[in-house]
Amino acid sequence: MSYHANEKGYYGEFGGAFIPEMLYPNCEELRQNYIRIMSEPSFQEEFHQLLKDYVGRPTPLYFAERLSEKYQTKIYLKREDLCHTGAHKVNNTIGQILMAKKLGKNRIIAETGAGQHGVATATVCALMGIECVVYMGEIDIERQAPNVARMKMLGAEVRAAKSGSRTLKDATNEAIRDWINNPVNTHYIIGSVVGPHPYPDMVARFQSVISEEIKWQLQEKEGKENPNYVVACVGGGSNAAGAYYHYLDTPEVGIIAVEAAGKGVNSGESAATSALGKVGIIHGSKTLLMQTEDGQITEPYSISAGLDYPGVGPMHAHLYKSGRGEFISITDDEAMTAGLEMSQLEGIIPAIETSHAFAIFDYKKFEKDDVIVINLSGRGDKDLQTYIDYFRL
Amino acid sequence: MNRIKAKLQEDKKLLSIYFTAGYPKLDDTVPIIQELERAGVDMIEIGLPFSDPLADGPTIQKSSTAALGNGMHTELLFEQLKDIRKTVSIPLILMGYFNPMLQYGVEAFCRRCFEIGIDGIIMPDLPLDVYKETYEAIYKKYNLINVFLITPQTSEERIRAIDNASDGFIYMVSSASTTGAKDGFGAEQQEYFQRIAKLNLKNPQIVGFGISNANTFQAATAKAKGAIIGSAFIKHLTQNGIGKIENFIKTIR
Ligand SMILES: Cc1ncc(COP(=O)(O)O)c(C=O)c1O
Repeated sequence: MSYHANEKGYYGEFGGAFIPEMLYPNCEELRQNYIRIMSEPSFQEEFHQLLKDYVGRPTPLYFAERLSEKYQTKIYLKREDLCHTGAHKVNNTIGQILMAKKLGKNRIIAETGAGQHGVATATVCALMGIECVVYMGEIDIERQAPNVARMKMLGAEVRAAKSGSRTLKDATNEAIRDWINNPVNTHYIIGSVVGPHPYPDMVARFQSVISEEIKWQLQEKEGKENPNYVVACVGGGSNAAGAYYHYLDTPEVGIIAVEAAGKGVNSGESAATSALGKVGIIHGSKTLLMQTEDGQITEPYSISAGLDYPGVGPMHAHLYKSGRGEFISITDDEAMTAGLEMSQLEGIIPAIETSHAFAIFDYKKFEKDDVIVINLSGRGDKDLQTYIDYFRL
Repeated sequence: MNRIKAKLQEDKKLLSIYFTAGYPKLDDTVPIIQELERAGVDMIEIGLPFSDPLADGPTIQKSSTAALGNGMHTELLFEQLKDIRKTVSIPLILMGYFNPMLQYGVEAFCRRCFEIGIDGIIMPDLPLDVYKETYEAIYKKYNLINVFLITPQTSEERIRAIDNASDGFIYMVSSASTTGAKDGFGAEQQEYFQRIAKLNLKNPQIVGFGISNANTFQAATAKAKGAIIGSAFIKHLTQNGIGKIENFIKTIR
């Protein structure tokens, strides 16, 4: 059994492309070409050159001594926070902008919640001199002002999504509507392993550089490629997909996915999709999503805008359903406390999304000689105001 | 015979109207259908509102949000419609997004449609291959016509595949857009209308998206069998309520 997508974009029962006909030519063009383009030597060369010289890869795999000491196990941190723009998101946007160029597109659209993916998209568009429009929920524009300013400084146009709940899911709807209206010249850079086939697989492949590096880095440090566990936070699931990718079909490596419980899984204000979701269709993908009995998509809640999504990528739905992945949900309070602890134990201020992954130690016990890799998906600069308000610093 | 098929055989250009169930008021569904039939409309698309209508422009988005806010849901719509065939004989089509249908249960949904006397279903985000593999047999069992969309970007090969899978009419999206976006058709649309007409498809085509008045209705039906008006009718309902539906229809033809 493989945990990768099959040729129709299914992970077990999840995935596929449930799209209106208006999107069919766009998705079909991508589907027919993405693997071929990605495997061209010239593409690989340019992609890896940019990851090295522009993004700053390989990112370090750092042995967190004090954290390990505290939890009595061996913890390594994969430092995606050190990527240019401050999070793993740029691995995907570099890949997709090169893809867009190969497909002859001259206009880019993207959705963003916290603004990290928007910034990563605006960055690569500036790099390539391509027009960029980023959709962002009106509410997120208010609460993520620094990232809005960054996108504007990078030359992108930020358009407010004013429909529905005016957050990430609605920004995604607006981006999809833009694509329907501009089917020929525009490429849509989706920011996570969500959306219709081939997006989940394509984004996972671009992010897979994370686990590709973990393998040789761990070999150097521990004399073995495989950790006992890989841990990552899951919003849509892209940093997690990248960290798991080369371990998916290696059963001896445990996979731990950390979701945002918000104010508590049963509080009515949560984004713990695996716990609260049912099988359905969101943004063109069959997956687990939070919805009413009637099939209306409901509003998630998390203190971290990047985990505030009512669905999860189809790969993760399958990891959950099949039992291959272990899913843990972490509340706002637990994440914030873990973020502060991480800052003071290791001198690294994590993004609040990432902080969720550091809060698992109350729920999961490890052996002393277990090797755990936690994907440190992003840095916390963008979240300083939230941390300050929360801790009254 | 299925009422849609019978209607398509009539020697006239068909006017079909879309509205969102539960809008402007929750209980307007049945009166709107009755009024539309009285006003001489040929076919009706009853929109089942969805929280995230990807293919819709602002007008239908707003009506959907309002309808859900009014309390509309799948079971309630079926309840409202359960005696509809005692008062109207016009072809009725349910249009919505696939997730609510999936949650209701596709077979249960189709059975209710059949019991009520619904003639067809349009689910823009239920793709052709999934329909054929998994759901076609259920639709057929309940005598429901599945309507597929094509757009100016759809390849001829795919149009032919859709034509083969269709058994009623093809919903021809007028331009690359969400609902309600354009007012007026340019040379590009005319070229598209002609190109499709020349394909001699076995299913007639009904044009939708961007039809709002007599002009656009005529332009759309010059080659095609009929046209569908959605957003413009919803705007009319927003401004006038359900009292003056006949006036609106008279401005179209
Ligand atoms: C630092 C960081 N981590 C994680 C996420 C969640 O996204 P994903 O689950 O796709 O990695 C985000 C999204 O904005 C992010 O900025």
